[in-house]
Amino acid sequence: MTKGKIVGLEGSFAVAEAVRMANADVIAAYPITPQTHIVERLSEMVADGDLDADFICVESEHSAMSACVGASAAGARVFTCSAGQGLELMHEVLYIPSSMRLPVVAVAANRALSAPLSVWCDHSDVMALRDISWIQMFAENNQQAFDLTTCAYRIAEDKDVLFPTMVHIDGFYLSHVIEDMVLPEEEEVAGFIPDYEHPFVLDPDKPVSMGCYGPPFIYPETKKAQDVAFDNTRPKIQEIWDEFGEIFGRHYSPVESYKMDGARIALLTMGSCSETAMLAVDELREAGIDVGLIRLRLWRPFPFKELREAVKQLDLLVVLDRAISFGMGGPVCSELKSALYNKREDLKIVGFIAGLGGRDIQISEFKYMVTQAQEKVKAIERGEEVETEIIGVREGGGR
Amino acid sequence: MEKEEDLFVPRQVTTEENFAPGHRACIGCGEALAVRYVCKALGKNVIIVTATGCIEIFSSLLPQTSWQMAWIHTLFENVAAVMSGIESAYKVRVRKGKIPDKNVKFVGFGGDGATTDIGIQALSGAMERGHDFLYVCYDNEAYMNTGIQRSSSTPYGAWTTTAPVGKKSSIGQVTWKKNMPEIAVAHNIPYVATASPSYPLDLMAKVKRGAEMDGPAYIHILSVCPTGWRSPTDITIELGRLAVETGVFPLYEVIDGEYNLSVDLPDLKPVTEYLKKQGRFKHLNDDTIATIQTRVEEDYVKLREKAGVK
Ligand SMILES: Cc1ncc(C[n+]2csc(CCOP(=O)(O)OP(=O)(O)O)c2C)c(N)n1
Ligand code: SF4
Ligand SMILES: [Mg+2]
Repeated sequence: MTKGKIVGLEGSFAVAEAVRMANADVIAAYPITPQTHIVERLSEMVADGDLDADFICVESEHSAMSACVGASAAGARVFTCSAGQGLELMHEVLYIPSSMRLPVVAVAANRALSAPLSVWCDHSDVMALRDISWIQMFAENNQQAFDLTTCAYRIAEDKDVLFPTMVHIDGFYLSHVIEDMVLPEEEEVAGFIPDYEHPFVLDPDKPVSMGCYGPPFIYPETKKAQDVAFDNTRPKIQEIWDEFGEIFGRHYSPVESYKMDGARIALLTMGSCSETAMLAVDELREAGIDVGLIRLRLWRPFPFKELREAVKQLDLLVVLDRAISFGMGGPVCSELKSALYNKREDLKIVGFIAGLGGRDIQISEFKYMVTQAQEKVKAIERGEEVETEIIGVREGGGR
Repeated sequence: MEKEEDLFVPRQVTTEENFAPGHRACIGCGEALAVRYVCKALGKNVIIVTATGCIEIFSSLLPQTSWQMAWIHTLFENVAAVMSGIESAYKVRVRKGKIPDKNVKFVGFGGDGATTDIGIQALSGAMERGHDFLYVCYDNEAYMNTGIQRSSSTPYGAWTTTAPVGKKSSIGQVTWKKNMPEIAVAHNIPYVATASPSYPLDLMAKVKRGAEMDGPAYIHILSVCPTGWRSPTDITIELGRLAVETGVFPLYEVIDGEYNLSVDLPDLKPVTEYLKKQGRFKHLNDDTIATIQTRVEEDYVKLREKAGVK
């Protein structure tokens, strides 16, 4: 079993520790709340000589990701982090490392999107990144923030993967909250993430052209190749998580469950609110309701198989979204419906939206979702239209 | 009698083409010629980053490439940022003993749009941070790749598709060309120069100096574009020379803040000699040409003063 020590760290510092232990070569980042503590901590580590890296204080997030692309193409191990508006400004560049198979590692401290300006957590920024072909995973506590960032390097740099990887940590809930966690020994981490050599780097001695343009006679072939390669990363991700589990004693899988034995109903969550949802499940179980919790750990590539397995015994799946796909409802709920369509005709899926712009989601609200969802199922069975409900919002003006 | 160049040029310039022929630039393209000279001067020990624009399009159609050296293109506005990452990666990897130090040069290429407009922030950032790189702006004075739209580097009075000459009394571009070399100088970088493929030896010498310099270097190359300038394809070299001889595009260097005129012309030719050969200026009346003449002369005097020439 692993050595290491128990420490109290906020999520941002946990991420910085993971980057330090990964011995990253180049960090390029631009500050934005609630990601700032990560860049500040990394700057200190570089200044103190605890991390032998170049910290490029770029002038924007667009340049942050561009510098990561350049550094990665030149063979370096890189890191960046951002949130909300920063990820939006970076958006154009995010497609580049995935299409060019560069193993950039990034952490997003999830934040709402303007307007109105909000520095607080929700998943609006994540939802704008669904199609960027990055491997994306969610942490729900600071231990996971460390573990998943560590795993992100191994996954991204694996020769059978070579896709950029992003770890989502909820802004403030994880980035700014101090929790107990195990910080493993540096040698152990170094053993888990060995030095890597990208098969194609920018090297004057072995010149290659990267990023040529693709007219219609070749573009679709490049995109199919990318799609197939991305789909094929799934077994490798699990394999690396399993290896991590064996060494460090903490196990991860694409879809994780809580109290699912005998459950007919399940809540589905992503990120830090999963721990609140667990408390709600405990209380509901005590009240005799057969409810469990499903947490999506892996968001991209989407874990179809594991999800179908997890919902096998269910009658009702209650999905929480922390973002709105305007005019469409909850984005996670839409995706789950599409993932399960034609597979489980009898499974009812009901979505709720909550926790926008940093509003806390209470245990009582998770319980409300479960009871209310059962009512909605009855309405669906009566043939009524059931819309996605946004909960925890004041109605009718006033303060 | 043979001219001096004919005797000496072959010995001074490599016959090797690092930017291979067979690319898809238009006939008479000054930009392609400039790229070719720059690549000859750089040699192979370089990593080149290129912006989206004519250069990337005429040189890199999958699965073919004109680049005989390590080359990358990603987007339109981020050359200097990608360059920053590459230069940093190289430095750190050398420091950590992961690769040997082979004195590799890092060079960014962008059009005037990529440089003076959409990419100016990334370039300013990279120059301010002091990365060790050379940035070359190929200025054909408009967004040519997308169909001759105006940029901030388009000269006063030039027709473009987004600064058209309308039926009312419009003259095309109504703003004066942004002085990008001066903006580079304002970053206190060690090397700034202007160059033209009509003066190939001067251009190649500047590229070598810029690449050798420690820290950021910036070279601004006027690149005649027959397609966008509406000029005959066989006068590209002549137009480039006229731009210099009329004072429209003076050739100079600024080394550690010291200005030096590369070609000093006490008597400038009238700007009409340059303007009248290009369809993009054919609508200009005498008054507008006089306005341009005055401005060119004033700017030239200022430049000569900076260079300490009376
Ligand atoms: C973000 C973004 N905006 C717009 C474009 C479209 N675009 C591609 S090249 C180009 C103009 C290039 O002009 P310039 O940099 O002067 O190079 P040139 O083609 O003239 O050599 C434009 C507008 C793009 N590729 N990316
Ligand atoms: S449009 Fe102009 S710059 Fe572009 S390839 Fe043609 S001549 Fe060269
Ligand atoms: Mg141009």
